[in-house]
Amino acid sequence: MEIPYTVKPRPDTGLYNAKVGIWLFLASEVMLFGALFSSYILLRVGAPDGFWPDVATGWPHGLLNIPIGTFNTAVLIASSVTVVMAWAALKAGNFAKFKGFMIFTVLCAFSFLGIKSYEYNEKFTHYVVRMKDGTAVTGHFDHEFLHGFLEKANDRREKKNVELREINAKAKAEGKSEKDLLPHLSNRFLTLDKFSEESTESVKMLVDIPSAFRYPVGTKPVAVEATAKDGEHAEPGGHVEKEIKLADVQSLAAFIPSTATFFAIYFTMTALHGLHVLGGALILGYFAFFGKKMWKEEPERLTNRVEVAGLFWHFVDLVWIFLFPVVYLL
Amino acid sequence: MSLKSFHLVFLVASVVLALFLAAFGFDQYRQSGSQAALLGAISSALAAVTLVIYGRYFLRKLRHISYL
Repeated sequence: MEIPYTVKPRPDTGLYNAKVGIWLFLASEVMLFGALFSSYILLRVGAPDGFWPDVATGWPHGLLNIPIGTFNTAVLIASSVTVVMAWAALKAGNFAKFKGFMIFTVLCAFSFLGIKSYEYNEKFTHYVVRMKDGTAVTGHFDHEFLHGFLEKANDRREKKNVELREINAKAKAEGKSEKDLLPHLSNRFLTLDKFSEESTESVKMLVDIPSAFRYPVGTKPVAVEATAKDGEHAEPGGHVEKEIKLADVQSLAAFIPSTATFFAIYFTMTALHGLHVLGGALILGYFAFFGKKMWKEEPERLTNRVEVAGLFWHFVDLVWIFLFPVVYLL
Repeated sequence: MSLKSFHLVFLVASVVLALFLAAFGFDQYRQSGSQAALLGAISSALAAVTLVIYGRYFLRKLRHISYL
């Protein structure tokens, strides 16, 4: 059965069917992202006072890496230019040129995702430590210290796991559920409990030095200012090493969704956007690498398909054009 | 709306973002004196100009393609 109006416009709409379809789909996407943007605004407006350094309860804005975010924006803009050039190449009947532009677009998409993964990892290994005296510091754990700590913890956990596996096997033989017995093995997000479990008295931390470029003007990172007076190499945006006594620490949390509302909405929005980028990249890659057959048989149909995929790609990029200033700058 | 029209909408949004970034960078530079902020602001302003030039080239190149 032949699919109608894949090339010629439908008389009542004046457009080929796929174009009407993609615009209806994009309308639903506008509602999806629109709801998330609205949520962001409402959460931010309703955030309690204690902007900085009280990042555990306030709105810890300004903690994202603006230069990296800007570079990623440039990557997406470049990909939009090449996707439209790929479509124009097909319109001009040049498949080789189309393929070149399309491969570049896909490379841009995966670069974007790679950079985003780096940013995510930076947040997952970034901590806020709130002290009992009401101050707070943010930063990373010293690599050497962390490595030693995790090794020790892993050894201990491994021993515990052997014991648990034995208990598990026994429980299985008795017909009990495995799920109830398997331990949570993640070591990524450290907690005060994990430190006390290893009898650690103090932690070595690479504390963030405030930078006006990274942090909003007018913020007051109280505890960090004190570290900058130590005569250490304390440049804005850099780090100073600090030994923090665990007895002085009230709480410790990574920059993950459960730490603050800001991170919850940030990860939700950017991860959903990232999934769209991944989906778009797969479709564009499919046309670049498997489009030759259709190009030979039905060139106009392939051109229309590429246009539809290009519209989706532009939408995804347009979402980022709004998302970037909202979560990174404003 | 064709890809051509949507690309133009996208370009306008990108130019506005680049100008906003330039203003943001200059403001940061004014407040903190950060050289990185100044460099970012100048780069963003240049990016905005480049996008406008590209937009003109794009319109010339795709002048035979419909906006629908």
